[in-house]
Amino acid sequence: MKTRSQKWFLIPYYLWLALFVIAPILLIVYYSFLDIYGNFTFKNYQRFFSSVYLEMTVSSFWYALLITIFCLIVAYPTAYLLTRTKYKQLWLLLIIMPSWINLLLKAYAFIGIFGTYGLANALLEVLGVGSRQILFTDFSFIFVAVYIFIPFMILPIFNALDKLDKSYLDAAMDLGASKWQTFRRVIFPLTLNGVKSGCQVVFIPALSLFMLTRLIAGNRVITLGTAVEQQFLVNQDWGMGSTIAVFLVIIMFFIVFFTERGVRNGKKAQN
Amino acid sequence: MEKKRKINFSSIYLFIVFIILYLPIFYLMYYSFNSGGKMYNFESFTLDWYRELFGNTRMLIIVLNTIIIALLSAAISTIIGVCGAIGIWLIKSKISRQTLLSLNNILIVSPDVVIGASFLILFTIIGIKLGFTSVLLAHIAFSVPIVVLMVLPKLQELPMTIIDAARDLGASHWGVLTKVILPLITPGIFAGFFMALTYSLDDFAVTFFVTGSGFSTLSVEIYSMARRGVSLEINALSTILFFVTILLVIGYYFIVSKQNQGHPARLEARK
Amino acid sequence: MKKLIQAFAALFIVSIVLLLWVNRLNASEGYTGDNTITVFNWGDYIDMDLVEQFEEETGITVIYETFDSNESMLTKIQQGGTSFDVAVPSEYAVERMKEEDLLYPLDHSKLPNLKNIDPRFLDMSYDPGNQYSVPYFWGTVGIAYNKKMLGERTFDSWNDLWADDLDNQILLVDGAREVMGFGLNSLNYSLNDTNPEHLLEAKEKLKTLWPNIKAIVGDEMKMLLVNEEAPIGVVWSGDAADAMWENENIDFVVPKEGSNLWFDTMVIPKTADNIDGAHQFINFMLDAEVAAQNTDYIGYSTPNKAAMELLDEETVNDERFYPPDEITDKLEVYKNLGRENLALYNELYLQFKMERK
Repeated sequence: MKTRSQKWFLIPYYLWLALFVIAPILLIVYYSFLDIYGNFTFKNYQRFFSSVYLEMTVSSFWYALLITIFCLIVAYPTAYLLTRTKYKQLWLLLIIMPSWINLLLKAYAFIGIFGTYGLANALLEVLGVGSRQILFTDFSFIFVAVYIFIPFMILPIFNALDKLDKSYLDAAMDLGASKWQTFRRVIFPLTLNGVKSGCQVVFIPALSLFMLTRLIAGNRVITLGTAVEQQFLVNQDWGMGSTIAVFLVIIMFFIVFFTERGVRNGKKAQN
Repeated sequence: MEKKRKINFSSIYLFIVFIILYLPIFYLMYYSFNSGGKMYNFESFTLDWYRELFGNTRMLIIVLNTIIIALLSAAISTIIGVCGAIGIWLIKSKISRQTLLSLNNILIVSPDVVIGASFLILFTIIGIKLGFTSVLLAHIAFSVPIVVLMVLPKLQELPMTIIDAARDLGASHWGVLTKVILPLITPGIFAGFFMALTYSLDDFAVTFFVTGSGFSTLSVEIYSMARRGVSLEINALSTILFFVTILLVIGYYFIVSKQNQGHPARLEARK
Repeated sequence: MKKLIQAFAALFIVSIVLLLWVNRLNASEGYTGDNTITVFNWGDYIDMDLVEQFEEETGITVIYETFDSNESMLTKIQQGGTSFDVAVPSEYAVERMKEEDLLYPLDHSKLPNLKNIDPRFLDMSYDPGNQYSVPYFWGTVGIAYNKKMLGERTFDSWNDLWADDLDNQILLVDGAREVMGFGLNSLNYSLNDTNPEHLLEAKEKLKTLWPNIKAIVGDEMKMLLVNEEAPIGVVWSGDAADAMWENENIDFVVPKEGSNLWFDTMVIPKTADNIDGAHQFINFMLDAEVAAQNTDYIGYSTPNKAAMELLDEETVNDERFYPPDEITDKLEVYKNLGRENLALYNELYLQFKMERK
């Protein structure tokens, strides 16, 4: 009786898992063994290990990593400073609000801003740097991707920092720790859960970014997400698309196991 | 003296972050007054797009649909997600916790077309009529994992004593959940809710696949306009929605904080 | 806890109020009635005034639903679950839909206005006898270029794109058939070629174009050309027409080696509920005056001969968008090459995209 009442609130979640995660994943694994005629085959997996797709995997990883790092670099100080403002919850909401405007519209706005005759180049002109190509470069791609993911990184870090007990900081200061030491030994370890959560919600979807690769990077960046999109929609090769999707899921599993272990160790270090 | 300089530096940093976050939005607002009809080459000031918008009942229906789906799906997925997060948190075995968490993240890593296509197959197999219900279910489904990821770090920060109490959450410990745990993770719950809202408002691919029977959302409408050029009516609409949201957010914030000011003690106790 | 419950209760109440409002709106617009047809089209690809006119004339309410690509439209119709009465696929999608038995044969006796269509555009290879489809708009693929930015330079061959001094100047449209197609055309092969050697040759040749390519883009092509982000674009004629309308420095040419001839067509999918209403709608859109007004609004080339007489001279005599016979003879409609060949096209295109530098 007791064990049942313990778990009752998990029922909706397990139902969700079964219906919208397990069922689709089985479907995708099934499709990944089909060729374009619907016959059973291992060819898709063979194809994935060809140079084109491996190269794509490596570059997806690289870009996702860069995006996550830059997100963290911008988001951490922002979240930290936000916790010290007067109307912090309000400011936080104002950080999230831009993400409620349609992504395509914002991407178009960025095309205008980064264009040859756009705002960014006008600014560079004024600063005396001179105009240069910004659109369709790695810089613009990473910039816009960071722009899109930044609220997802700020939110968990903000929540972690906000809860931080001021007395720890005071204690550290009293013990003569420098600001950097306080940050490295006290603040950062205590907010590690928030950082980890932020990195997960940025890195994982960044692996499968697709629209920006065309709009902002002009197809000069091609990620696994773009490839799945193409295979499913343009080529109508659901088999190959599913195979790439299966690999995305496998990669994600590794990331979760890796970050979770990292956190456990971090906790031990604290104690 | 030194302190003052530090404050200035941090406000400048925040100011720059906000400017960058809002730049593309101001950009598209600016062009909503362009008589030229496109998001470039500003010709002259006009209110035509706003006028056209107010006469457009079809667009009003689409906007309302979008808001309803976003609010309902975010609310319901928050409830399911919080249950799930508590469930994952309560699991003792490391391996099963990581497995569950990985399963949870599958929908985040899967590209939208894959989710859309597999949900479409799923709904047609189960026999759910495509339209409002299927879109709502799909949005709930892909928002749940983000809620879990936002709530989980808050739970992990709870002190061990609460965990012990919660571990044997029997009928008698119902109070622990509602009176202790939930209030402590409230910031995480709201973070999850707002992220779910963001996911829902921005989704195109999944909605497109699972919609039907004349049901449409703003994203679907905008993306399908891409080939012909997105109408500035959309910019006008985004501008209006944006300001309405800002007013609502600020208004709500001040009402709530005023209420709380009257009972500082109660607020503390609740925390 | 109280705060949480209050917030969620408020959310549900707001949602329910909005739901009631939407239901009333839907009812007042007639969307929930019986006498409706659902039209599945690209966003903003019809003059909405004409839809209203149709509703007034026939008493049928039109529910307008939109898609963003042929492929996603196809997937939707394949899976069923929704009743679309009229859809607007491109010609290659018509072929695929025919193959998969997704189309309802048209009853020509209910489409008297079919006579308005230029016979040149009837009975095409993708749909012999127009059993299933009626052309809506048509166009070509060509080179759009900016006269101001390039000076006196003109283009009349695909090979002009490979010129040494065009470093980082070209935008390509993101489509396997389009890019591979002009690669093949530049080698004087057919854009329906299925010889793997020819395809590989085309890919290798395209690879050497990379230094000149600035980006491979989608619908934002128009915007980039108008903003003079790049002087040259390989584009669909419809996009070129839009860009030229907004920036008079832009010109458009169909290269002499030939190019693609594309159609957007109106069809009745098997999922249709109101087949009679669907015929009425198609026939209405084929009416000379209606088609003329729609062409004015969209700006693409119309296949409607009767409508062309109502349009202004300048539009109709523009050889770039209504090319004379000697050019049209060189244009090819994409043939359905079968899944295997298409897969090869796509694979080579992906390799081409990955092999920059």
